[in-house]
Amino acid sequence: MRVSIFCKEIRLKNLTISLMAAAVLSAPAFADTVRLGTEGAYAPFNFVNDNGEIDGFEREVGDKLCELAELDCSWVKNDWDSIIPNLVSGNYDVIIAGMSITDERDEVIDFTQDYYPPDPSMYMALAGTKDDAINGIVAAQTSTIQAGYVAESGATLVEFATPDETIAAVKNGEADAVLADDGFLRKYVTESNGELVFLTPTVSLGGGVGLGLRESDTELRDKLNAAIDTMKKDGSLNELIAKWFDGKKGGY
Amino acid sequence: MEFCADPSLISGWRWLACYLTTPKHQLFYLSFLTVFALLAITAPVVLLMGFAGAVARLSSFAPLRWLGTIYTSMVRGVPDVIFFLFVPIALDQLVELTRHKIKCPQVTDAVYRGNEFIVCSEAKMPLQDAAAWVHQGWGFVLAVIAFSIVFGAFAANTLFGALNAVPEKQLETARAFGFTERQTFRKIHVPQMWTYALPGLSNLWMILIKATPLLFLLGIEDIVYWARELGGSKTGYFAYPHPDWRLWYFLGLLVFYLLLTWLSGKVFDRLNQRFNRQNIDQQVLKPIEAGR
Repeated sequence: MRVSIFCKEIRLKNLTISLMAAAVLSAPAFADTVRLGTEGAYAPFNFVNDNGEIDGFEREVGDKLCELAELDCSWVKNDWDSIIPNLVSGNYDVIIAGMSITDERDEVIDFTQDYYPPDPSMYMALAGTKDDAINGIVAAQTSTIQAGYVAESGATLVEFATPDETIAAVKNGEADAVLADDGFLRKYVTESNGELVFLTPTVSLGGGVGLGLRESDTELRDKLNAAIDTMKKDGSLNELIAKWFDGKKGGY
Repeated sequence: MEFCADPSLISGWRWLACYLTTPKHQLFYLSFLTVFALLAITAPVVLLMGFAGAVARLSSFAPLRWLGTIYTSMVRGVPDVIFFLFVPIALDQLVELTRHKIKCPQVTDAVYRGNEFIVCSEAKMPLQDAAAWVHQGWGFVLAVIAFSIVFGAFAANTLFGALNAVPEKQLETARAFGFTERQTFRKIHVPQMWTYALPGLSNLWMILIKATPLLFLLGIEDIVYWARELGGSKTGYFAYPHPDWRLWYFLGLLVFYLLLTWLSGKVFDRLNQRFNRQNIDQQVLKPIEAGR
């Protein structure tokens, strides 16, 4: 299903370019325009900055990959919840939204190789929380590998549509802890002045973060894989990881 | 130095002033226009569809009457949200499928392939390389259509009831004066109907206002989307970090909607008074005339 109405666009180009695009609307499409779908609510992977633009680690990686693969790319915002359905229905061509590669998702869509290494998932809670809170009420974002893990771990899972709401749930006591990617949670902990802490247990989930594509788009997948290879070899991917994740080592 | 040059160095009112005028906030303020645009476009369309539906139900031509009855009862019997979710998807796929059949007859691959829906790139609606606002605009158009279908049926019900509420005697009188059916309908029936329709329509307008956040459900960046996005807690990755402020943003929306409905109520009260005065004149005068 093609659900253009569910997706949110980001104005990337200035008005003149927009008007030009409108003027050539009736002309045949350039096959090379690739639409990148992201959530825009998962700092530092992807978020909407104060200028109202998509920003973050994946914005830079995506733009660089498009440049290397010589693709004309535009960015689209889409809720996490419907990000896979709207990819397969042709609303955009690539998911670039901090999505971990898992077997379950691989049955529905295709992935490129990872451009962000497997990250341990961490439990974050209010200071003073005991480690056994991981068996209590645990918040996670809907349709994430963490939500799947919590559901099977025996803890009580409370799901939220956006990552931000999972943090709010811990802060206002609705949940005992939140399980999410280390890269996403770390800033909340370091900036909380000790109010928020990581619990000791960690969980290893997923095979790193990759680009999601329709299974029929093998040509695009090969192009993007080659571009990721280039970024891994010349060290630019490690640089971007260090830049956005407080000096974290990419190890590519 | 510019007033808002470095947000990390300013505080207090100056910080707030800069924060509330970021380009992202401007998008939030602009999205209020989306709500007004939806209301401004939908309301007249709804009235037209409602009128068409009501007249169809009153028609002496049976198939037209069935069509009107099916339309109103179908929409009435299904929750709005289901319609709002169904209509845009169905309409979008229908448009793309039709374009695909017309523009790329040479493509023999199936459009529905497993879980994928693939039309040729010329058939995409809008095209892949269309500007962002074109994609947004298309989404908005689909939303307006969904709103019009649902609220048009409600309006049809209201107007149908109002047309039936006009006393048969008034119409008989008109006919006795030699008015044709068409003249009776246009000069007596419809003008008299508005008095009975107005309370229902004003109610419908209020419901329409309150239904506008459904735009958010359809993925359109309306005021609810931006309120949630801006209100969420912001870490140091943002120029203006702040804790969870969703409460304040939603409070703002609450005030906005209260103001809008309160103002609408005032306007409808005025309209009601005017229509009622006309009606009372007639109702009071007629018995007097008859008694004399």
